[in-house]
Amino acid sequence: MSVATSKPLGAARRWKKPPFIKRPLLRWGLILGALIYLVLATASIEVNWLRVYEGLDRGWRFVLAFSQPDFISRWTDIREGMIESLVMTVASTVVGIAISVPIGLGAARNIAPLPVYLICRGIITVSRALHEIIVAILMVAIFGFGPLAGFITLSFATIGFLAKLLAEDIEDTDKSQAEAIKSTGGSWLQWINYGIQPQVMPRLIGLSMYRLDINFRESAILGLVGAGGIGATLNTAFDRYEFDTAAAIIITIIVIVMAAEYSSGVIRARMQ
Amino acid sequence: MLQIKQLLKRYPTGDLALQRVDMAIPKGQVVALIGPSGAGKSTLIRCVNRLVEPTSGQVILNDRELTKLNSNALRVARRRMGMIFQEYALVERLTVMENVLAGQLGYVGFWRSFLRKFPQSSIDEAFRLLDRVGLEEMIDKRADELSGGQRQRVGIARALIQDPELLLVDEPTASLDPKTSRQIMRLICELCEERNLAAIINIHDVALAQMFVQRVIGLRLGEIVYDGPPTGLQPDVLTEIYGEEDWQATIEKVDEEDEEEAAAAAVAVAVVVEEGVGS
Repeated sequence: MSVATSKPLGAARRWKKPPFIKRPLLRWGLILGALIYLVLATASIEVNWLRVYEGLDRGWRFVLAFSQPDFISRWTDIREGMIESLVMTVASTVVGIAISVPIGLGAARNIAPLPVYLICRGIITVSRALHEIIVAILMVAIFGFGPLAGFITLSFATIGFLAKLLAEDIEDTDKSQAEAIKSTGGSWLQWINYGIQPQVMPRLIGLSMYRLDINFRESAILGLVGAGGIGATLNTAFDRYEFDTAAAIIITIIVIVMAAEYSSGVIRARMQ
Repeated sequence: MLQIKQLLKRYPTGDLALQRVDMAIPKGQVVALIGPSGAGKSTLIRCVNRLVEPTSGQVILNDRELTKLNSNALRVARRRMGMIFQEYALVERLTVMENVLAGQLGYVGFWRSFLRKFPQSSIDEAFRLLDRVGLEEMIDKRADELSGGQRQRVGIARALIQDPELLLVDEPTASLDPKTSRQIMRLICELCEERNLAAIINIHDVALAQMFVQRVIGLRLGEIVYDGPPTGLQPDVLTEIYGEEDWQATIEKVDEEDEEEAAAAAVAVAVVVEEGVGS
């Protein structure tokens, strides 16, 4: 019953993976269009090579400063900025998570009724539409300079991130596990606690750790618009052309981000 | 004890899953519900505890009309209806004990269940049931560490700790090997007998159903086309339920069940044969 002998030689049937876009004209048109756009777009970028040449020197001084970062002369400022940033980060992450969890539950279509769903999705959309810097400028305008504005900004930004991803994870949960808990006659809260929470907990913890990371990095930026934290110190250092102090601050930020990255990796690995 | 009257379910897509189904199940009777995929078996048992809302008709459990209950009364009513699922539906990241105790959720308050501080009587009962289904060693294992048969045993213990009057069983053996399938069916039927429980068991495997139950209901396209003893499942009846096919082998296999396994294995086409008689 060999298949090969049933066909005459030379009549082997060819097979090719069907193309993603079926119509050849459209397919080649899109490819060509993308190439033309790429060439035109690249050509439209103006580069002032003279300016680059001058700038290289400045850049080099900046890089050199990294070889001799100055932690000493502004140490008090750096330390205070760091502590402020860390406090802002931790506080805003905790508050952000506390607000995100109920909103995330409400924004999951499989467990929330439609009106609640729409409201929660609306909150998430607003939070995601506004960039941290814009929110921070607004908050500084309302609350004045300082870490309070940064704390509120980061809490608000955390909601858009965490609630959205939590809601999506809830929507991906196994329906039968939740159905089984529902069939025992438990209340809504018990249903969430037994049927949903175990399924989303590892991801919630992973996302929270990740958000802690992001919030710290963001807190370094928010200082540039006056929302407190290490960013303010960094900004001052740049304004005074103290590149060695700026280098010290950036190195400290990198070390802390790496430490956070490493520990969140360890925690996530342990959570399965 | 359970009465279903003129039960009709139309899904939003327009599919008519159940067409005015009537049935009555007395206390202690185990009924197998057979029929092809899409016949409405799952819909029927889910309409009983209203995991699926019936479109019209009545479901009456011990003189209480379930279809009219508000959500609180429904929760109370659900406590007395244990459910066992096809893919076990255990909460995979919870331990065996937590999964079994989840069957008590209808009886304890939120904080007790949240803190896992269940009443001692519940815990005693959970230990008793886990002993009964043979999982006393597995109590603190996570549900996803268990094999299929073990998971279904946990599912059975979870349903029984509800202290149900009725078991709703949805394809309990569909994901199990033939030997485990029989053990699970035997366990369910034994427990129903011990506790004088009524049960509706959705099952694909006709031969397996015939071995264990007193009554078989055949469903086709949302209508009951057979209701009688398992011995009445002759080829014409099976054709009526499932459509044209050679049914002789399925029926013979059950007849020879207790005689000789080699002969049975030779004639049968159904999957169940592999395993033999002894288990």
